[in-house]
Amino acid sequence: MVEFLQHLINGLSLGSIYALIALGYTMVFGILQLINFAHGDVYMLGAFIGMYTARAFHYGQSSSLSSLLVTMAFSMIGCALIGFMIERFAYRPLRRSPRINVLITAVGVSLFLEFSGQLLFGSDPKFFPQIYTPAGDWSIGQLRINPLQVIVFGISITLMTILQYIIFRTRLGRAMRAVSFSHDLASLMGIPTDQVIAYTFMLGSALAGAAGVMVGLTYPKIEPLMGVMPGLKAFVAAVLGGIGNVTGAVVGAIVLGLAEELLVGYWAPTYRDALAFAILILILLFKPTGLFGVRRTEKV
Amino acid sequence: MTTHKDQQQHGLRTMWIWIAALAAVWFFQFFISDNIDPYFFGIIMYAGVNIILAVSLNLVNGFTGQFSMGHAGFMSVGGYFAAYLTTSLQASSPALFASAPAAGAIFIASLVAGGVLSALVGYLVGLPSLRLKGDYLAIVTLGFGEIIRVIILNVDAIGGARGMPNIPQLSSFGWVYTFVVLTVFTVWRLIHSAHGRALLSVREDEIAAEAMGVNTTKAKVRAFVIGAFFAGVAGGLFAHYLRYLNPQTFDFNRSFEIIIMVVLGGMGSVTGSVFAAIFLTGIREALRPLQEITKVDFRMVIYSLMLIILMLTRPNGLLGTRELMDFIPEKLRRRFSKKGVTL
Amino acid sequence: MKFNIQSQVQKFSTNRVLVTIALATLVAVGGACKKSQTSAMNAASDVIRVGEVGSMTGQEATFGISTHQGIELAFKQINAAGGVKGKKLELISLDDQGKPEEAATATTKLITQNGITALLGEVASSRSLAMAPIAQNSKVPMITPSSTNPKVTEQGDYIFRVCFIDPFQGTVMAKFARENLKFSKIAILRDVKNDYSVGLANYFSETFKKMGGEIVVDQSYSAGDIDFKSQLTSIRAKKPEGIFVPGYYTEVGLIARQAHDLGVTAPLLGGDGWDSPKLTEIGGTAINGSYFSNHYTPEDKSPQVQSFIAKYKEAYGSIADGEAAMGYDAALILADAMNRAKSLEGADLRDAIAATKNYQAVTGKITIDQNRNAVKSAVVIKVDGGQLKYQTTINP
Repeated sequence: MVEFLQHLINGLSLGSIYALIALGYTMVFGILQLINFAHGDVYMLGAFIGMYTARAFHYGQSSSLSSLLVTMAFSMIGCALIGFMIERFAYRPLRRSPRINVLITAVGVSLFLEFSGQLLFGSDPKFFPQIYTPAGDWSIGQLRINPLQVIVFGISITLMTILQYIIFRTRLGRAMRAVSFSHDLASLMGIPTDQVIAYTFMLGSALAGAAGVMVGLTYPKIEPLMGVMPGLKAFVAAVLGGIGNVTGAVVGAIVLGLAEELLVGYWAPTYRDALAFAILILILLFKPTGLFGVRRTEKV
Repeated sequence: MTTHKDQQQHGLRTMWIWIAALAAVWFFQFFISDNIDPYFFGIIMYAGVNIILAVSLNLVNGFTGQFSMGHAGFMSVGGYFAAYLTTSLQASSPALFASAPAAGAIFIASLVAGGVLSALVGYLVGLPSLRLKGDYLAIVTLGFGEIIRVIILNVDAIGGARGMPNIPQLSSFGWVYTFVVLTVFTVWRLIHSAHGRALLSVREDEIAAEAMGVNTTKAKVRAFVIGAFFAGVAGGLFAHYLRYLNPQTFDFNRSFEIIIMVVLGGMGSVTGSVFAAIFLTGIREALRPLQEITKVDFRMVIYSLMLIILMLTRPNGLLGTRELMDFIPEKLRRRFSKKGVTL
Repeated sequence: MKFNIQSQVQKFSTNRVLVTIALATLVAVGGACKKSQTSAMNAASDVIRVGEVGSMTGQEATFGISTHQGIELAFKQINAAGGVKGKKLELISLDDQGKPEEAATATTKLITQNGITALLGEVASSRSLAMAPIAQNSKVPMITPSSTNPKVTEQGDYIFRVCFIDPFQGTVMAKFARENLKFSKIAILRDVKNDYSVGLANYFSETFKKMGGEIVVDQSYSAGDIDFKSQLTSIRAKKPEGIFVPGYYTEVGLIARQAHDLGVTAPLLGGDGWDSPKLTEIGGTAINGSYFSNHYTPEDKSPQVQSFIAKYKEAYGSIADGEAAMGYDAALILADAMNRAKSLEGADLRDAIAATKNYQAVTGKITIDQNRNAVKSAVVIKVDGGQLKYQTTINP
């Protein structure tokens, strides 16, 4: 029984990380109907920016919340800039092109980031400085909970709430929703579409950057290819929850995290990655709109 | 009005180019291939395998407009199965391989078997996937490619993570390029037929095609299965040249390299894919001195950058949807074909 | 139809240029295809070319780079002392990016284009297996410094190795666990993506059971995973006294941390794949108290080892790890064989390598047995306070 509860806790923790990345995916898809393949690599860059920041400020020596927050800030700003540049130079020129061209470009950008990362940072794994190690561990008997896990979970929920607020209670959010409904109509209404799209990208990328730092902290090994699998899994989570839906992304991510943990613990650890794809295929076959999504008719 | 006899004659007149190609291949095999430096020979062999992969992928991605990113998976299925057959046969009855014709026959049989299994897997993968559109199809095929790789990793009988060594070296220039000619011939003939027009209609406007009575699902699955078959054959040819198979060879990067060839050559041009495959295989080795000097491997960075720039500036690739023949002046073309129908 | 119309609107000139480029490439490739006269070139020159294939980039880059540096250092020393038979050794290194087909192509290039006399490489068995048939066919002796899969040397009589093989290494840790640590219940956590890990796990399991021990659970992960809590939770439930983790340092560090997080106190046991400074960096305090088998230890007081360590530190600024030492030894043994050989032709060099007996190398006294594998001892290292400390030696 304890084992099962431990698995649940592990799964929740894993899911909250996927959630941070999935939020960015779902936002960009909602507004551009584009799967930003490069999102997973922005997450990776977030981790590296965090590492270099921490090294520059010599944070590795001691643990403090402020060093974590400063590192996260640098990471989020850096990733927002990277996201902006990707959108501006790779996706915007193709706004009117056939979907397949943008898809190929997205794959190209993703691979470019990965391999440049290998070139710049070296392809061997690096150690992420332990800038924040909350003291003590919260255990209930055999059940072990690392306070860091709780914090990551908390941050995901907080960011999700903030995002919900932005999307549904602010003008920017309204603009985002308008643009996601129809670009042309929105611009006719006087909304600066390009700007709104840029903001969306920046917001999503900043979240990925935060995720990168959190993951670097929790699993201190980072390397340039670390974004590939989490990126794909976060995408699956977003689809599972209903792509374009913020709550859906978080719920989908947690479900995926739990499913993965249970599969690995009780059945076949080596099919861990394959599970995400299996879930994707099943969802797309049986409920393509996801758990919270809305049916969209394709106009001819 | 063309009579039946005219049509027959026409058919033969355009067959000659394919027969000539086969003859050239085997001439090369028997008289020249032994004098080629092994290093360049390797490049030529890999180019041949890549041509088959690129052309078969183009059938799906370019002509049918279905963006599949899991081609390496089909290559691995065909390769592993063919290798499994030949290695088991060699272990149990080595005498079978004694004579060249017998070895060749076994080789062809195992290649075809690998291709058929690949086609079957393609069918199973295609049925659910081809109901999806664009981005989703891409990710699902990527996923299937990964699932196939993970399965192979876990099957101990074919070596799993250790890989499968000691595959007999049955691939020769002749066999590889025979299949190159065969692949290009099949895809070419398919495209220039009624079935091909159905595929093109699916690419151009699926809903309109469906409205016109084209069974789009069947068309898509057909393209997918044929593409998978040839990818499987390519895998078998690859396995019997490298003589060692390892699942990590068939990861997403391999699929990506094939996609680049298709995109560079032009999604919708068979000759474009052929050229792009040769070009990229050659460039891979041509860039090696760069890597030796700088001690860093720029190749994948260059490839991905090239892909982005290509999409931004010339999304149709080298040849777009045109074929090499389109560049030959009208007069010359007419000499080699019958009324209205070119090669 | 769209594509028909397009063919009429041809940008004749630009496309002509592109097609010409493509055709030109074909012609250039075709023209360069003549067989080069490399063997004549070799005999006439005053250097002996030795090829090396390694993974200088890719996930296991530290293995490739360390090995390369070890070989480089050895060659520098040999050349400074006059070379082999009066000729200097020239090292040509090619990167295989961690991929078997790249290793094969690199090998072909080295043999046919660069005219090498002998080949050193690779660290990973999967790449050595791709290279071996080519070296064997071309009758070029190949020495792998660290590939431990038995199948590598089975590829032919020109293929040698200077390290121990997995069956031995698995036995080493099993013996250590059973006899030194007196464990009777062990859990295994293997990397299924890695042939080295799978092989080691199998041999360990076999020996441990033969010695009366019990494998309580056999879990697995894939290289590249970062979360192992699930597997460790299952392992924790079975209460083993030790966990055998025969993977690479890239994952072992994280596994140690997460095991610690989950309250698992059993020490981890492993193989030479742990050998990297990153192990203690990533593993932190969690990896203290764990053991692994290796080819040598920097604490060995023998003058040869100490001199090697000093020279390596001077040249590369770090303590030589196992891979560097193996690369160094492979190079030394090759040079020694070259000195002993009647000539540098493939067959003679092969025989000389095969005749290596009790060669005093940095990683021990090496004898090449009839299967072309090295017979030597292994050391067990303990991770203590962030340092690697020598524990004991296990002899074959």
